[in-house]
Amino acid sequence: MKNDTDGGRRVPEVVESLLAGLPPDRKNLIFFLHEVQRELGYFSEEVVLQAAHYFSVSPAEIFGILTFYSAFKLNQSCVHQIKVCQGTACHVRGSEAIVKEFSRLLGLKPGEFDSRIGVSLEVVNCLGCCAIGPVVVVDGKYYARVNIKEVEKIVAGLTTGENSHESAEV
Amino acid sequence: MKDLKTAGKGNQNGSSSRVISLSAASCGQASGALEVASAFELAIKELGLEGKVQLKLTGCHGFCQLEPDIIIFPEKYFYPQVKAEDAKRILLETGVNGRFIPELGFQDEITPNGISRLEEVPFYQDQLRWLIDQQLDLDPLSLEDYLEHGGFEALESVLSKLSPQEVIGEIMASGLRGRGGAGFSTGLKWKLAREVAAQPKYIVCNGDEGDPGAYMDRGILESNPYSVLEGMLIGGYAVGATKGFIYVRQEYPLAIERLDKAISLLYQAGLLGEKILGNDFSFELELVRGAGAFVSGEETALVASIEGRRANPRQRPPFPVVSGLWGKPTVINNVETWANIPLIIKNGAAWFSKTGTDKSKGTKIFSLVGQVKYSGLIEVPLGISLNEIINKIGGGARSGKKIKAVQIGGPSGGCLPAELFNLRVDYESLPAAGAIMGSGGLIALDEDTCLVNLALYFLKFARDESCGQCAPCRIGTQQMVTILEKITKGQGELADLDLLEKIGLTMQQASLCGLGRTAPNPVLTALRYFRHEFVEHIVEKKCEALVCPDLISYVIDEDKCSGCLLCLNSCPYGAIEVGSSGLPQINLSSCEACGLCSSICPEEFQAIKKISGKDRQQTQLIPDGMN
Repeated sequence: MKNDTDGGRRVPEVVESLLAGLPPDRKNLIFFLHEVQRELGYFSEEVVLQAAHYFSVSPAEIFGILTFYSAFKLNQSCVHQIKVCQGTACHVRGSEAIVKEFSRLLGLKPGEFDSRIGVSLEVVNCLGCCAIGPVVVVDGKYYARVNIKEVEKIVAGLTTGENSHESAEV
Repeated sequence: MKDLKTAGKGNQNGSSSRVISLSAASCGQASGALEVASAFELAIKELGLEGKVQLKLTGCHGFCQLEPDIIIFPEKYFYPQVKAEDAKRILLETGVNGRFIPELGFQDEITPNGISRLEEVPFYQDQLRWLIDQQLDLDPLSLEDYLEHGGFEALESVLSKLSPQEVIGEIMASGLRGRGGAGFSTGLKWKLAREVAAQPKYIVCNGDEGDPGAYMDRGILESNPYSVLEGMLIGGYAVGATKGFIYVRQEYPLAIERLDKAISLLYQAGLLGEKILGNDFSFELELVRGAGAFVSGEETALVASIEGRRANPRQRPPFPVVSGLWGKPTVINNVETWANIPLIIKNGAAWFSKTGTDKSKGTKIFSLVGQVKYSGLIEVPLGISLNEIINKIGGGARSGKKIKAVQIGGPSGGCLPAELFNLRVDYESLPAAGAIMGSGGLIALDEDTCLVNLALYFLKFARDESCGQCAPCRIGTQQMVTILEKITKGQGELADLDLLEKIGLTMQQASLCGLGRTAPNPVLTALRYFRHEFVEHIVEKKCEALVCPDLISYVIDEDKCSGCLLCLNSCPYGAIEVGSSGLPQINLSSCEACGLCSSICPEEFQAIKKISGKDRQQTQLIPDGMN
């Protein structure tokens, strides 16, 4: 994750640099929002107003887009992101129990984050790795065939900084 | 073009060398393909095999369950689940000497000695892989390699020999139908768009593969991106479009990365941009990254999303071929449809239409997953029976339990029971049975799957992904979820089943777009074929599949228990205590049925089992919060 705060830069400057050279066409709006999400990790009111001005749309409309698509977050996100796939193949292989176990260990409901421990827990739509489910993605790293026992190890890996995982046999 | 080809040849090694093709699409990488790749690279250097053995990182080989796998060419030796420590041995034995190592080969209980060649592996038999076979030894990032494999020959021949009308005629004659699910004739769609006078026209590739449990398009985009782009170029020429968009869902970062690179290489090579291959045909292509909304896959919603708006579907007609992007004629086809285009042009419509049934031609890729023994991406001729797919290619049930149903078509599709496995997989037979062909998700379900729970799963999905514009979908999905939740908790009534059907039929008829019209299908087919499971939940308060947490309990079998107390120490809810016998016992009133104890109980004892039928009055840890 790139958004270890804003690297000391001021948000308007980051947004300014992302807008540089980008034609203010409506069709570039979602591309721009992706860039902001990647660089800043979330959208503050300030950014919404800046984007609305640049693309000549109302702030309400931008807000509507941000809340419609799951890629965009309105809250500051965390150092560690845990995503549990909830595709059908993962579901029939027990991903629901995996989510519950993460919830229990982290004290977080899906969609919540804990700024104190720097972890967010998300349940995501199918990641398309259906033959090796249940799949969990921690900070971009894929874990295949996760079983409920391994959840604790993954969570422990977050605090020690290493995520060793032995893939279970098929 | 010729220059590009020679450049490609220059990069190849001598003809006597072997190519080790390692599957490194997302599934492969999740299973450690990159670590294996570094081990091979290092070993090639250490052993001084540069020029003798070439390692190639390719996309998907299809057998995703046994990733990472390697195929060694030219013999096509197949090694599944390759480990880094075997790199040297494989390089020396097979890479240099051409000797197969049986114990590293594919084996199962029927073929214990290790099968050497890819075609002999049961999973690969009975398939017809026009698209997937192209991926087996193709470097997805290398334009040279694609050209080397005959890439862009179709575009070249189209531009030099065929008029746009002739191209459309060829695609129509092939009988190709949209692989996204609806099955509209691709050629006819192109013809309609061509006949509209308005300019400019647009081409769109719909890569918003949202069905949970399906990943055919990811496979193609990650493994052979140029084939899709070539198809789009041919479509652009035929329709008279000058600009194309390829829309990929953001959940597929590797596909996006590879496409991005492929597109910029095509611009560099002059295969995109002005006057392509010296012809009077110019075409621009832009990659658009989805932002995470299932409904974006609906074509009018896709248009809105590309235009930079919320992906709200709108009423059709007008269809996008008449009024799509910015009100202009727009041809929207699915990834797999586009990938088929160069194939049809190269081999001819007559060749293509020889495979398949009367009305459904060619092959189709399915993601065969769930409780089958062998899962992965398969490509089969249309008209094949479900039986052949599940029991021959998939090898039947993986657990030794019976496969009781197959879920086909994702949240828009349905569950078909094993009694209907003689059904042919094509655009006509499946809808007749209440399912749909869909984009290609096939999820095998065994006796451990509860159909009520699965119906609830799909309806929750549809509820969360409904855009909310129209009442039948917005309210209908929520009502169905509420009723199904009641049933899975053992609090349903028989009258609920009629109500579910009534709501479902209303949604089918009155919803604005395909999402709402098809969302009830998983429930309606489950009611049609598995009504007894619903009745059992309602009347007997039982979940025979032992899935619904409120209707099951965990118990410790004292005859098997060794008294190690691992379960007691691990129980998150303090629900296990030592009983009078000195052995642990589960206190059902505080047990949350999470199953942790059962997975922690050592394999040699397996003393904790699930049983059905307890009327559990408990609150769930995450009420209705799974999505």
